[in-house]
Amino acid sequence: MLEKAIIGKKSISAGSLKWIRLNAFFLISAAFVQMLGNIGFINQYYIHILTVMGMNIILVASLNLLNGYLGEFALGHAGFMGIGAYSGALIAIYLGLPFFPRLFFSLAGAAIVSGVVAYIIGLITFKTVGDYLAVITLGFNMIIVNIIQNIDFVGGPRGLVGIPKSTNFFIVAVCLSFTYTVLRNLVYSNYGRLWISIRENLIASELMGVNIIRMKNLAFTIAASFAGLAGSLWAQYQQFINPKSFDYTKTTEILVMLYLGGTGSLSGSILGVVVYTITMEILRNLLEFNPRLVELRMVISPMILIVIMLTRQFGLMGKREWKWIQPEKEGN
Amino acid sequence: MEKLLKIKEVTKAFGGLKAVSKYNLELGKGEIRGIIGPNGAGKTTVFNLITGVYQPDSGQIHLDGENITGLQPDTIARKGIARTFQNIRLFGEMTVWDNVKMAFHARTGYNFWGALLHSASFKKEEKRIGKESLEFLDYLGLAERRNELAKNLPYGEQRRLEIARALATKPKILLLDEPAAGMNPKEVEDLIGLIQKIHNDFPLSILLIDHQMPVVTELCHIIQVINFGQLIAEGTPSQVINNPLVLQAYLGEEEAIA
Repeated sequence: MLEKAIIGKKSISAGSLKWIRLNAFFLISAAFVQMLGNIGFINQYYIHILTVMGMNIILVASLNLLNGYLGEFALGHAGFMGIGAYSGALIAIYLGLPFFPRLFFSLAGAAIVSGVVAYIIGLITFKTVGDYLAVITLGFNMIIVNIIQNIDFVGGPRGLVGIPKSTNFFIVAVCLSFTYTVLRNLVYSNYGRLWISIRENLIASELMGVNIIRMKNLAFTIAASFAGLAGSLWAQYQQFINPKSFDYTKTTEILVMLYLGGTGSLSGSILGVVVYTITMEILRNLLEFNPRLVELRMVISPMILIVIMLTRQFGLMGKREWKWIQPEKEGN
Repeated sequence: MEKLLKIKEVTKAFGGLKAVSKYNLELGKGEIRGIIGPNGAGKTTVFNLITGVYQPDSGQIHLDGENITGLQPDTIARKGIARTFQNIRLFGEMTVWDNVKMAFHARTGYNFWGALLHSASFKKEEKRIGKESLEFLDYLGLAERRNELAKNLPYGEQRRLEIARALATKPKILLLDEPAAGMNPKEVEDLIGLIQKIHNDFPLSILLIDHQMPVVTELCHIIQVINFGQLIAEGTPSQVINNPLVLQAYLGEEEAIA
């Protein structure tokens, strides 16, 4: 049995077992869908939509850690995605490794590079008090895009081509399952309580002895690492990346999905991405008869954000959480 | 005997206004001491100086023989000073229970990797934290409310939750900033009983600010009175109440003369 193989001889509680079962079920279904796609039973278009959704959920859920749980306002998530995409792509192209090590090192390397960059930015930023994070991350996003555009080695504005294809829907599903395990476990632990306490009342949290800068930077680093992971997945899925796809329009898209689903809820991140992506695809199909109208979607997307803000301030989930995401409460 | 908290000649000015000037305080182990004074006298500034929210312009603060002047607020808090706030500062969107569990952050008994994996020791320690925090809630009569959001509690219970959260950090000193603010006489009476009970049950010193005389006079053996940032009187409740300077500060000049 798969569970026994993972767990080994250690005793494990019912709560963890449920989560492992759930993830195993999810991954087996994902593998099944991938296989059906490969033999042509499921249209490649649907597989593509599912893959993009998976990567977007990783992006949105990681930003949720910052904008939802920690209560900071970061506007540079696509920048970290870009760093991850380029560093992952370079590792994949130039290290000349066989398939599995290549995939592993390009994903892990991308996450580490993005995380380190975020950590350094965080060290500088979180010393200041106030809404500087929004300004600094927005500026950082623009700077990153500009830097990449001016490095000829990675293709400059033309983009980077010839990245080996190592990612498919199943690989994205594995990374998604990993992301959600990490985020859920942290959110439902001492760390989650401290992040939320900083959001709820910074002064009280500090006077309870919480090292605010350290906790904020931890969340920032983790969030950026997952953005880097998503970027690397993206690069190895598309086999072509250009700097334009990581500018603030991508950040805005991530933000719209996050606020549509609801901040401070891991379920919301899934729901937001699914609802947004399906809406956009339906609109694409509806407007297809005139190519110029298809671009109207980019008008509709911000409008969705405005409508959410006016009608459902806390998004579709409104800080609630699906039962299967919550671990069983200890000591109840 | 070495005093637990020693404040020596501390001064803090905001621009030209001296909020606290040459302020002294010595707090022994297990003592309850009150600080009273009219609104704007500088009482909360004293708390903010002790907890590191403000840095003193001059003077020194010692905790248990260690100089804590100029340390960051979180460092000072971890050294054993817990406080409540005049305007309640709870974590509103967290449950009552989580508000107290949060206070265990410095002694969770598991590290980052334990939390990441929800390891066996993580589960054991979370269970312990849950149980111990529930004891604090039970002590303050909030156990039934544990799964409600803190922001939904009525005012008096929010004040008690703040005290529970502060106690859960196992402080050496508990600072209570106007705990009776906005309470009716009956509630004030209950609060006095509660503070006395805490003082008997926990090994800590209490420093209490209030401008309501009954709270301070009933609880404290020694009272300090400050006005315009200056210490104007210190002594037993009866000494302080009859001090002409105090009468002047509270009632105004003319009445004091008349």
